[in-house]
Amino acid sequence: MSGPNTDYDPVEVSTLKPDEVDAARDAALAAIGAAADLDALKQVRIDHTGDRSPLALANREIGALPPQARKEAGQRVGQARGAVGKALAARQVVLEAEHEERMLAEETVDVTLPTDRVPAGARHPVTTGSELIADIFVAMGWEVAEGPVIEAEWLNFDALNLGPDHPARTMQDTFWTDPADNGVVLRTHTSPVQARTMLTRTPPIYVVCPGRVFRTDEYDATHSPVFHQVEGLAIDEGITMAHLKGTLDHFATAMFGEGIVTRFRPSFFPFTEPSAEVDLVCFVCRGTALNADGTDVCRTCRGEGWIEWGGCGVVNPRVLRACGVDSDRYTGFAFGMGIDRTLMFRHGIEDLRDLFEGDVRFTTAFGSEL
Amino acid sequence: MKAPVSWIREYVDLPADVTTEQLAARLTALGLKLEAIEAPGDQITGPLVVGRVLTREPEPQKNGKTINWCTVDVGAANGTGEPQGIVCGAHNFDVGDLVVVVLPGGVLPGGFAISARKTYGHVSAGMICSAAELGISTEHDGIIVLPADAGEPGADAFDVLGLHDDVIEFEINPDRAYALSLRGIARDAALGFGAAFTDPADLGGRALPAANADGYPVDVQDAEGCPLFVARLVEGFDPTAATPDWMAQRLVQAGMRPISLAVDVTNYVMLEIGRPIHGYDADRLTGTLGVRRATAGERLTTLDGAVRTLAHGDLVVTDDSGIIGLGGVMGGADTEITDATTRVLIEAAHWDAVSMFRTGKRHKISSEAGKRNERGVDPTVTEAAADRVVELLTTHGGGTAAPGVTVVGSAPAQPTIDMASDLPERITGMSVPRETTLAHLRAVGCIVDEARAEVATLLTVTPPPWRPDLTDPHDLVEEVARVVGYDQVPSVLPRPGAGRGLTREQRLRRRAGRTLAGAGLVEVISFPFVGDAVLDQLGLPADDPRRHTVRLANPISSEEPGYTTTLLPGLLRAAARNLGRGAPGVALFETGTVAFPADRGPAPIHGVDRRPTDEELAQLYAAIPVQPLHLGVVLAGERERAGWWGSGRDSAWSDALAVVRRLGAELGLAVETRAAVRAPWHPGRCAEVLVGGRPVGHAGELHPKVCAAFDLPRRSAAVEIDLDVVLAEARDVVPGPSFSSYPLAKEDVALVVDDAVTVAAVEDALRSGAGELLESIRLFDVYTGEQVGSGRRSLAFALRFRAPDRTLTEPETSAARDAAVAAAVERCGAVQR
Ligand SMILES: [Zn+2]
Repeated sequence: MSGPNTDYDPVEVSTLKPDEVDAARDAALAAIGAAADLDALKQVRIDHTGDRSPLALANREIGALPPQARKEAGQRVGQARGAVGKALAARQVVLEAEHEERMLAEETVDVTLPTDRVPAGARHPVTTGSELIADIFVAMGWEVAEGPVIEAEWLNFDALNLGPDHPARTMQDTFWTDPADNGVVLRTHTSPVQARTMLTRTPPIYVVCPGRVFRTDEYDATHSPVFHQVEGLAIDEGITMAHLKGTLDHFATAMFGEGIVTRFRPSFFPFTEPSAEVDLVCFVCRGTALNADGTDVCRTCRGEGWIEWGGCGVVNPRVLRACGVDSDRYTGFAFGMGIDRTLMFRHGIEDLRDLFEGDVRFTTAFGSEL
Repeated sequence: MKAPVSWIREYVDLPADVTTEQLAARLTALGLKLEAIEAPGDQITGPLVVGRVLTREPEPQKNGKTINWCTVDVGAANGTGEPQGIVCGAHNFDVGDLVVVVLPGGVLPGGFAISARKTYGHVSAGMICSAAELGISTEHDGIIVLPADAGEPGADAFDVLGLHDDVIEFEINPDRAYALSLRGIARDAALGFGAAFTDPADLGGRALPAANADGYPVDVQDAEGCPLFVARLVEGFDPTAATPDWMAQRLVQAGMRPISLAVDVTNYVMLEIGRPIHGYDADRLTGTLGVRRATAGERLTTLDGAVRTLAHGDLVVTDDSGIIGLGGVMGGADTEITDATTRVLIEAAHWDAVSMFRTGKRHKISSEAGKRNERGVDPTVTEAAADRVVELLTTHGGGTAAPGVTVVGSAPAQPTIDMASDLPERITGMSVPRETTLAHLRAVGCIVDEARAEVATLLTVTPPPWRPDLTDPHDLVEEVARVVGYDQVPSVLPRPGAGRGLTREQRLRRRAGRTLAGAGLVEVISFPFVGDAVLDQLGLPADDPRRHTVRLANPISSEEPGYTTTLLPGLLRAAARNLGRGAPGVALFETGTVAFPADRGPAPIHGVDRRPTDEELAQLYAAIPVQPLHLGVVLAGERERAGWWGSGRDSAWSDALAVVRRLGAELGLAVETRAAVRAPWHPGRCAEVLVGGRPVGHAGELHPKVCAAFDLPRRSAAVEIDLDVVLAEARDVVPGPSFSSYPLAKEDVALVVDDAVTVAAVEDALRSGAGELLESIRLFDVYTGEQVGSGRRSLAFALRFRAPDRTLTEPETSAARDAAVAAAVERCGAVQR
């Protein structure tokens, strides 16, 4: 900046003439308005507010004016520079917004692209189904008991009132370990877990026993030599068949939904007396025996309106005695059904073998909880 | 058990409007479960009539077949009374025979509509039917020829053929052996409908001939095995006599094949009354009949032609020539009735059920007689059954009953059961007043003695002789309950006290499963059976303990007789199956039981009259194989998929270790690894996994030969660890971590070490040298090449330092780094790059 020039006549300093200042201001405003992008605006800023810009030069000249002229000139130039600065700032905001908008637009992706870089895992429906069942019972205050799959013959049969000559031993063809008189079998049901529980605990006992079981069945769409069962056992004072019915009704509803209740039919199991088969209201036709389109007869229950679910009954006092439970004081109930079969019903699985083939397309459909 | 409804109705005064479905439903509710209803006539629409063949002209055809052009008198059934012209392909009939004709407009099973049609140069107006075409038999041996007295031409054939007679098939449980007879089924039907019951064993009330000394000589040496033996003789029997049609039809309806009158009569009486009967050709018997136990090694050719080597305990029937039958199970070939038999000796005997069961099981004989005898037959109908056979043989076979009647022994007495009168109510939860209990017990045939009871609430109950299954008070409860109706049982939720929830193990197992699924692994369940072949495929050495399996006496496949000791065979097969079905990659896990023999001798069979002692139980448990829970993992093919983001990445040994470490991290466990050599892994790429210092299993890349043997891509990786041990080590309560929020100081170091020096060793050295300021250490690069020289590699570590209470100064950080490096130099011979 130059020092004051007292020789100058303010009127004679052309850059400070009002019309010159106005022109410089207007030129700057026009250029700002015309700046199309941030780069152009940057140049406009240099051209119109930089050291060599007319308004900067004009500002410099103010100091050279005689003091009486400085105020007016200063005011004029100050106002012009203020207007230009304000316009620049406003334009900057607008152009930045435009720039961001354009940049984001350019970064647009196709959101329908696949993202399956790491395939998903899943847990087996038999596992999660067993957990679901366990949770239903745990919520009622029951506990989950487990035991070995290769089991003592005495626990699998004798303790459960299936003596060596009991006809029922031929009903379920058993895998025997070698030699066959070894007294050790692949358990044919999870009932030995019930026996173990009674042998080690004192009533009240409320346990469910899910697990893998074995029978020498053919392997087809509805049978497998390896399958899964859940059994339940309640031993307490005053336990009756009514408690069994209440428990199974609750279980059925929890598994299959409101309105799916159970029916008892007299049956025979050495472990229980009285014994019953438990049927479920057909969850497809809900007992109407009709197909969804109203035609005869429901394919799921073959028109019976009911589906066989499992076996149950009042624990035979002989079993209580063999397992050390005071049969005068306590009564109990027991039930058992196939987990695989239950899941086939619940999820409309048509071929049991799907559970054992290990095809990930089957299993991943179920995720990690049922 | 198949029961024609008409036969049931013969003994029960059922209301006429009771439908087959209602009858079946009621009996199902009483414990005789409906299996199927056969309603043969339902599939047929008439006109189906009796016809008499008037003419039959065989006409050979160009195709080599001969057809018969017949005219058949169908009375007025065709509306004209004129003979009906019909082409028939069968040849088992003659002019004058009565046949079954379906006329145009009729429909046969399968929706087969009949119309007059041109065929073989004639207009055939209808069809002469076979049993198969009517859906009443599967046999294709020509058309039905009706008996001469079956009916007049034009008569409705539905009734003649019994097509309106439904058959109910029941599934009979082992405790309801009485229902293996029409007598038993009808008795429950009467009970179910409150209808009058006529016992067929009463033989219409006629008196049975008394036993006398003139009967066939019988000497029962084992009265326990055969408490009652009745023998009757029919002489002058005509072996050519035909079985009456009504009897043959009922046998067919019940699922048995008519054979000859003598055989059919014994089967018929068995179905009717429930007592199996055996018939001998009396002329082929020599001397006295005897009953005794066989001695081991004796032989008998049974009537199915099989030569049986008998065991001690088999009950046998003998004559002077030796053993002639397996009593109650199957007769011998030498004395059976033939098509020349004129003297029939009838044996009706009551056999010990357990012996029957054992003999049937031992010789793998499943006969209709054995099935009934082993479950228990009413002993009191033995004489009646024999007399009924005599009656039917003499009526239809022309013989006469010999006056001799042999009865050796007597029906065993029924044991009594003491039952508290309120037991049904206490057990079923239904309201069952004492009067109801008394009424229902009596309704099922029990004798209830109230007076005899010392205690007023105690009932002394004698079950009926046809119910040998009723032995305990609870058996009587079931009888009362089924009559009251199981549908009357109320639904009441029990209210147990607070439970303990899932066990620690159960919760941890769920957690492990979720972690593995979260890591992208899919759970599978495999059959746990293995044989040498698959263990060879795994490359297990001959002395590997995993080859010592629990062997099954009756495996599904003799190729796989062992219970598996490793989860890998099932997993590797499942992986190959997925890849074979087109999956680009597969990551599977299984948690399952494996087994190792206890080799402690057989598990004892204890008694059941009391709880075994703790010592006895310990003995039992010790004999059971050791069954740890394993976790197996297999990773094959793409682990990360190729895509628009770039190329994919195949599974490698490190993925297997990553799974183990991820599981360890989830369970709060420090997982250590060290090089190991173990099948089926690659010897240079296998890690032994340790948790809490305990070896728990192995992880790494599979041996190339194993990959090839299982059809898996090279570099497939696997894990197998003992999950029981891992879960036992899992941290239960995680201590909340404390950490500093002062600024982080980072230092990278590159160290050159010999190949033999492991990353773990260098890391340990760095960690110990760096001191307390070290927050974390992570290997981020491994370099091999000329710059470091052969046999050596450069390891680059990122060290992160942080103090709990201040910002670290540069000199502090440098000093810590230098100390770390110095430790690596000293311990690992590392050279800083
Ligand atoms: Zn249905």
